[in-house]
Amino acid sequence: MEYLKKYPKLFQWLFLLIVFFALCFAIDVPETYKFIRGQAEFVKDPNQSVYFFLGKEVRYYAFDVFWRLPPLLGWLPIWINDSLFFLMNEWMPMEFWNEDTQEFKTRPLLLEISRNLTSFMTFLIELIREILLGGLETIVAFTSWDFIDAYPWLELPGLPWTIVAAGAALLSYKLSGKGLALFAGLTMIYISIFGQWKPSMQTLSFILVAAPLSFIFGLGLGIAAYKSKRVEKALYPILLVMQTMPQYAVLVPALVLFGVGDHAAVIITMVVAVPPMILLTILGLRAIPPEVIEAGRMSGCTNWQLMFKVLIPTARRDILIGVNQVIMVCFSMAVISAFIGAKGLGFNLLLALNQLNIGLALEAGLCISLIAILLDKMSLAWANKQTDYFGNLTFFQRNKNVIFFAASFVIGIILAYVGTFIFKGSFNYLFEIPHNKGISTADFWNKGVDWIFDTFFVYIKAFNTWLIQDVLQPMRALYLRMPAVATLVLAVGAGYLIGGVRSALVVAALTLFIALSPWWDRALVTLYMATFGVVISCLIGFTVGTLCFQNKKSAAFMLGVCDIFQTFPSFVYLIPVMMLFGITDTSVLIAVIVYATIPATRYTIEGLRSVPVGLHEAATMSGVNKFQRLTKIEFPLAFPHMMLGLNQTIVFALFMVIIGAFIGTEDLGQYILKALSDKNGAGIGLTLGICVAFIGLIFDNLIRTWVGKRKKHLGIA
Amino acid sequence: MSETVIKCESVYKIFGQNAKKMLEESNGNVDAKTFQERGCIVGVNNASFEVAKGEMLVVMGLSGSGKSTLLRCISRLTDATGGKIFIEGQDLLELNNKELIDLRRNKMGMVFQSFALLPHKTVVENIAFPLQIKGTNTEESISRAMEMVKLVGLDGRENYFPRELSGGQQQRVGIARSLAVEPDIWFLDEPFSALDPLIRKEMQDEFLRLQEKLQKTIMFITHDFDEALKLADRIAIMKDGIIEQLDTPANIVLNPATEYVRKFTEEVPREKVLIIEDVMDASSKDNLGDLKVSKDEIIENVAEKILTQEKLVGVVDSNNNIVGSIKPSKIIDTVFGGRKNGS
Repeated sequence: MEYLKKYPKLFQWLFLLIVFFALCFAIDVPETYKFIRGQAEFVKDPNQSVYFFLGKEVRYYAFDVFWRLPPLLGWLPIWINDSLFFLMNEWMPMEFWNEDTQEFKTRPLLLEISRNLTSFMTFLIELIREILLGGLETIVAFTSWDFIDAYPWLELPGLPWTIVAAGAALLSYKLSGKGLALFAGLTMIYISIFGQWKPSMQTLSFILVAAPLSFIFGLGLGIAAYKSKRVEKALYPILLVMQTMPQYAVLVPALVLFGVGDHAAVIITMVVAVPPMILLTILGLRAIPPEVIEAGRMSGCTNWQLMFKVLIPTARRDILIGVNQVIMVCFSMAVISAFIGAKGLGFNLLLALNQLNIGLALEAGLCISLIAILLDKMSLAWANKQTDYFGNLTFFQRNKNVIFFAASFVIGIILAYVGTFIFKGSFNYLFEIPHNKGISTADFWNKGVDWIFDTFFVYIKAFNTWLIQDVLQPMRALYLRMPAVATLVLAVGAGYLIGGVRSALVVAALTLFIALSPWWDRALVTLYMATFGVVISCLIGFTVGTLCFQNKKSAAFMLGVCDIFQTFPSFVYLIPVMMLFGITDTSVLIAVIVYATIPATRYTIEGLRSVPVGLHEAATMSGVNKFQRLTKIEFPLAFPHMMLGLNQTIVFALFMVIIGAFIGTEDLGQYILKALSDKNGAGIGLTLGICVAFIGLIFDNLIRTWVGKRKKHLGIA
Repeated sequence: MSETVIKCESVYKIFGQNAKKMLEESNGNVDAKTFQERGCIVGVNNASFEVAKGEMLVVMGLSGSGKSTLLRCISRLTDATGGKIFIEGQDLLELNNKELIDLRRNKMGMVFQSFALLPHKTVVENIAFPLQIKGTNTEESISRAMEMVKLVGLDGRENYFPRELSGGQQQRVGIARSLAVEPDIWFLDEPFSALDPLIRKEMQDEFLRLQEKLQKTIMFITHDFDEALKLADRIAIMKDGIIEQLDTPANIVLNPATEYVRKFTEEVPREKVLIIEDVMDASSKDNLGDLKVSKDEIIENVAEKILTQEKLVGVVDSNNNIVGSIKPSKIIDTVFGGRKNGS
């Protein structure tokens, strides 16, 4: 009895677990139940039940409602799909002037908007692409095909790679210094020599459009939300869902709205990259001390000056993290959007992975990662740049970068011209090294992979078999064995115990949405993979983080490593694991673990770091040893922050599990990937995406509520 | 008295949703308690006063007394709920946004407790900021800012970032920034409260030196009574949004208007605040000894000399005319008399 009074929460949790397991044992698996593989559910089967809602037919296998809820939301994907189709093709037809045919044409409004948007994006991408690689679309856009036929020399020749490399190095030098310049130069030379120039520049042109646009929109909307509570309230739920929505899922509706190609990819990248930018902008602006704002006002700032000269620069730190996120997402999407026909490195990477040519994939992946790191560092350096007012500079000193660039421009052109003589009859290597005509290490890597495979095949296979048969399969079976009602009780109970009625209701709503969708089983499989990944990631991350924290240098080093790893596009993680484990669930899970360990480690170090120095000293003076200090002082205080890390770990893990569908899994991701090639996939893809997002949000809600309460309790809110 | 620069007429600031309506209903009789019961917090309660050109008014009060709120009403960083505020005869609350910005750009400067420097700008950029906001070109604003750097004694550190400076140095930057546009009116919101005592004293002296030179009209907020005594021409003591007393330091020490003010003055070393004129006897000018002291001397500085005398000490004005006398015992009365444990 006394125990019960002392730890009431503990007993409440125990009670919840007992109810959960009791339900699990009380509800038997129906004899007809089996996990639906592949597209089997689309087969019409007399055993299926049918219902109609809003004129849509929904077929499903009926079970006891305690075991599996009927898919009462089964009509939703079809309805979304039809609505999208209606909006695009029938809604609000209007007369639009057509330049080419010189006459009015009737078109639905949304279609016209979408087409204008796409042509604008296409123009931007083509413009940059043709400056880098050459072409004639841009000139044509301003004139006509007849014009270019008459003056064929107007076609843009593209810059020789030497000039782009020199330009990148000089820009890096101006922004940061020798180190970055060297890195930029080497990266460009590497890209060129290894024959990845063309796809790299295609990807770069895509990024150079998508990243700045995402930044501007994110900043703009963030400012709007900061200024107006109403805007914030309207944006907030969308932002939340987008934070946990897998990137695949957004691709599918984009296909319907914007078609296939780079332009659609840019728009969809913006959809994914803008939300974190908005959130960080709001966060940064909110954190500005009120006195700084007052100082700005008293200096006589207009609202505009206040925003751009005081608020945004002061909130720079968070906004920069936003920029970093934008760049990260852009590169991630550069790969993923290859699914909807974006050109560049991502396309090559996918192709190579599809052919299981690990060497080629590795080269493309390395290029993407290098460019990602370069752009990330350059944007950081740009934001930290300062002006020198007192240097008495000569004309040469002031303009040396421009002069050097002009010089390298001339030299580059001369070199390219000389190249036409040296490499007569073959490719002009001083102008542009064609794709796959440079040095390639692909064979080396492929042989290496083969060697590893041959040598360690037995061990890898044994490990693989053990993991799948003895760990993963039973775990998966356990998850699938949970009756829907038991799961609901567990989720709602946890919500109630952590956050009271409000949390319980939110969690119930989110869980019900998934339970009533046609993909409950799939969601369970997704959850099992994510759980496995998260548990291992947290074990590794918390341990590594704690160990690295013991030493200032190793902590800083580890954070740097996390930074770099985070810049890699998520898809790149699939390359090495496929090298080692081939096409199995093990590959996906290992990629998940590697990817999700990043936030776990980072938040552990940051959490431990944030323990106030005063407490350290107080603890030392009470005579604790290092271990005691860690367990009694640092862990309890850092724990809330580490739990936020867990939250991120879950989001990262879910992302990777879904991306893992590319390797072949049987979770929600598999269906999202399928929806991509399905004419009527938009609704399915979106609903699936929302399901995944909701899984993330359930945990997000529980963890955040808990952390909020705990921080208040500890007085470190 | 010279011309009035700042003038407040029954200024109220009440936070809360129906503040304006409730203020109208109360007919100027604001009771903090009843307001609080209805969800409003009274920041400033019926403040009326004037500040003359070149005068330094120090507003003293403990935290939550409404002193910072009062200052923000006068700089219109918040809008007063009721009352009128005049800056050089202009009705502040009637100004539109553009006029207000104009006023701030040319007439007002403000220093903040937490310095409120822009973290991304160097010392000289921070100081040049108000000028650049005004539209002054880079070269001119930087050279003007460099003058200010010299004025506050930060030469050689102009290219430092605020984070690289100590608190005292940061506040020097804040002061320099607020003076860059050569404002007539200078607001200082607890400028030295975040500094440690030694630096605070140094900055106070520095501040007096600057004021001697610049002769600005100043509103200075502090929670430190000693600081108020040291700097002020006049002191306003605030409690719960109400100005309890507004007078010269000497009068506040000698004649505290309320119990609350008296509590503050109790512990004040009078010999450091009062001057001879405050305690002399103007009626008796005869039977004087050899020693003569100036009427403007602070008691502390001449107490020892006076106490060694047996006869009356003569008090003279700046033209060496005798204006009164002082008994040595009067000094002892002043220093030890009137205290709780004294006499």
